[in-house]
Amino acid sequence: MNTAMKNPKSFIESFELYAPKLATKEEFFVGGHRACQGCGEALAIRLMCKALGKDTVITNATGCMEVISSVYPTTAWRLPWIHVAFPNSAAVGSGVEAGLTALRRKGKIADRRIKSVAIGGDGGTMDIGFQALSGAMERGHDMLYVCFDNEAYMNTGIQRSSGTPFLASTTTAPAGKVVPGNQVWKKNLAEIMVAHNVPYVATACQSYPIDFMNKVKKAHKVKGPSYIHCFVTCPTGWRTPSDTCIKLGRLALETGIFPLYEVEDGKYRMTVEVPEKRRPVQDYLKGQGRFRHLTPEQIQVIQERVDIEWETLMIKMRCSRSKEELRAPRAK
Amino acid sequence: MGKRVGMEVAIASAEAAALCKFDVASVYPITPQSHVAEHLSDIVADGRVDASFITVESEHSALSSAMGASATGARVVTATSSQGLLFMGEVMPITSAMRLPIVMIIANRAVSGPINIWNDHSDIMPMRDTGWISFFADNGQEVVDMVIQAFKVGEDRRVMLPVNVNMDGFQLTHVVEPIIMPDQEEVDRFLPPYKPYAALHPDNCVSMGTLGMPEFYTEAQKSKDVALVNSIKVVCEVWKEWEQQFGRKYEPIQTYRTEDAEIALVTMGSMGETAEIAVDELRREGVKVGLLKIKLWRPFPFDDLKKAIKGIKVLAVTDRACSFGGPGGPVFSEIRSALYDVPKKPKVVNYLIGLGGRDVSVENFMDMVRRAAKGKLKEPYEFYGVRG
Amino acid sequence: MIEKKGPETWQEINPGCMVFRKGSASEYHTGSWRAKRPLWENEKCIKCGVCYIYCPEGCITEQQDGFFDANLDYCKGCGICAHECWPGAIKMVNEEE
Repeated sequence: MNTAMKNPKSFIESFELYAPKLATKEEFFVGGHRACQGCGEALAIRLMCKALGKDTVITNATGCMEVISSVYPTTAWRLPWIHVAFPNSAAVGSGVEAGLTALRRKGKIADRRIKSVAIGGDGGTMDIGFQALSGAMERGHDMLYVCFDNEAYMNTGIQRSSGTPFLASTTTAPAGKVVPGNQVWKKNLAEIMVAHNVPYVATACQSYPIDFMNKVKKAHKVKGPSYIHCFVTCPTGWRTPSDTCIKLGRLALETGIFPLYEVEDGKYRMTVEVPEKRRPVQDYLKGQGRFRHLTPEQIQVIQERVDIEWETLMIKMRCSRSKEELRAPRAK
Repeated sequence: MGKRVGMEVAIASAEAAALCKFDVASVYPITPQSHVAEHLSDIVADGRVDASFITVESEHSALSSAMGASATGARVVTATSSQGLLFMGEVMPITSAMRLPIVMIIANRAVSGPINIWNDHSDIMPMRDTGWISFFADNGQEVVDMVIQAFKVGEDRRVMLPVNVNMDGFQLTHVVEPIIMPDQEEVDRFLPPYKPYAALHPDNCVSMGTLGMPEFYTEAQKSKDVALVNSIKVVCEVWKEWEQQFGRKYEPIQTYRTEDAEIALVTMGSMGETAEIAVDELRREGVKVGLLKIKLWRPFPFDDLKKAIKGIKVLAVTDRACSFGGPGGPVFSEIRSALYDVPKKPKVVNYLIGLGGRDVSVENFMDMVRRAAKGKLKEPYEFYGVRG
Repeated sequence: MIEKKGPETWQEINPGCMVFRKGSASEYHTGSWRAKRPLWENEKCIKCGVCYIYCPEGCITEQQDGFFDANLDYCKGCGICAHECWPGAIKMVNEEE
């Protein structure tokens, strides 16, 4: 049963419903790619490219999206694209940016802004790619980094990453008789990027396409580093039916597990409203094979932690000030 | 005309890169290369070359960002040593596979275990199979000349491969040598602007670094190998052109007093100059000795080697790296293998010398020659001068 | 399926395995993967475009009459469009039907 019928009135009245028709019709990531049925990451990439437009160079880390889209002698990309290795998409992307900047300044290429966008999965960004990401973001390159987080090293067989949520079962942190899955809470890369003084940091999800595309467009305009952490569904890795891809992203938001916000110049702002009374985490966790071993007590532990993380975020929403705002009183 | 200056060789190598008007330099410091990194950044900060200098956070990112920049069509230079070279080792074969003509200046330094910052070749030897063109310089002049030649060779459409220029750490990098620095307009005449085969730009969409399934991988590797093997023609062409324009001669294997030699030393890198003095001393004593100095390590100069060893009965190959548990030092085993099918081949023996920066004197070289002539090596490869 | 010429020789293979033909993945028809396919009931369709935006293959396009349809060469039958359709105008039917 489709999620639309839940609250048709507010949705039909909402402009968001008809916004899909306003997105550019051009496809920069074409069908024929070998992603699984119902792949949230492939959808997210397709949407991201629509928002970026033609004047982009994509740098891709090794991972699902790289292998399914670039099987020699074909490519699913209708944008300039480069893949080098697993840990270095941020480094290669920073080199692309430096090269384009130097060539444009020296008049060797047309005087037109071309954005360097580096992408990677949670493995290639949060773990093996962390060093390169940190370096690229702190050096201030005019580039956007988008992390597509499906919460495990999916391409190599669903192994645990630092993005794997608490108690999720993965192939290297499986739900066994003694140890019930991943034992630590998910690493918050968006917060780490805010601490890197990245001028624009945002979280996004493929289930909120217009929100995601708007964030990509905003990040594109930033003359400096920007970071988007895009939560994406993996039906294969999460052991969920392929058609619930979008619904799961929505549930992640409505339970407060993955809220969608942006941090501009240090100021936090929620971009998609979460219902006042958040849905219980149980709604999100049930129906996902990777969580099917959870006991009610374990779900309660998760609920409590989600509540705490939510509160922490709400404090930031209320109290954060942009550097601009903090500068103003001093100017007097 | 060029200007004769006394310059620290590391600084001179950066000056040579500046003459080539690089677009991007992406370097991470490591002893003994640091002066190269520092001087390249001085050059950019003073606006002497209009370029971007990326202060990367590791060597892996240094070569990765160099690749990204080169893929957009920029002329890129980088530099490293030892552990740094091993750290970027993952990216080395990818650079050559993706046919990006990056120039890397390597200040050869011993590889850890135990940690040692002084000169030997154990950093470049593990990189033999990565598909890069490798030059070895004997002195500061050669370093400068080779850096400029490297850009021309690598960027040639018939080559399109990355090149590394090897200079001995501390023994070359930190010494002041007399060097004739070419003029800017001389280099401009020699080295045309870089015109890439393909560049990342929305006007000409290309996907680089695609997935090579088993049905394509072998063909891709053969294509790269043929390019590297054939590049020797371009190297020799460029060296001929260099001789015509600048008057300094380069050959893949430079021979010294081998015309009537019965025994010869083989060296690679700055120790060759010490060996030359040893050859002169031994000649004075009446020993028919000569010297082969390898300048081009990859692609391996098979034909030049076969020509150079004519008439020689004993070849004492000096290696500055050990291939542990293997058939001997890398240079030694490659030379032996290259000569296997030659009907009249010399006896080839191996000395591992100067490991971890240990000094090798003229007397040491003379001793090596005498013992090799008498067949006095007890093992297939000898750690020369080891205590115990 | 488009005719595939034989695999390239080492002389023909692009340097660096670069691919210059953008979007050439479309030569591979992933439609053979599916077990179910989407069927639009245009009487219910409100032409919002949500199915178009949510398709991971990008194979759903707006037709001349403003309604939507999937390109069956690429549709993998994931069912996202049917699941997300507001008025429930899309049904997933078995491939054999």
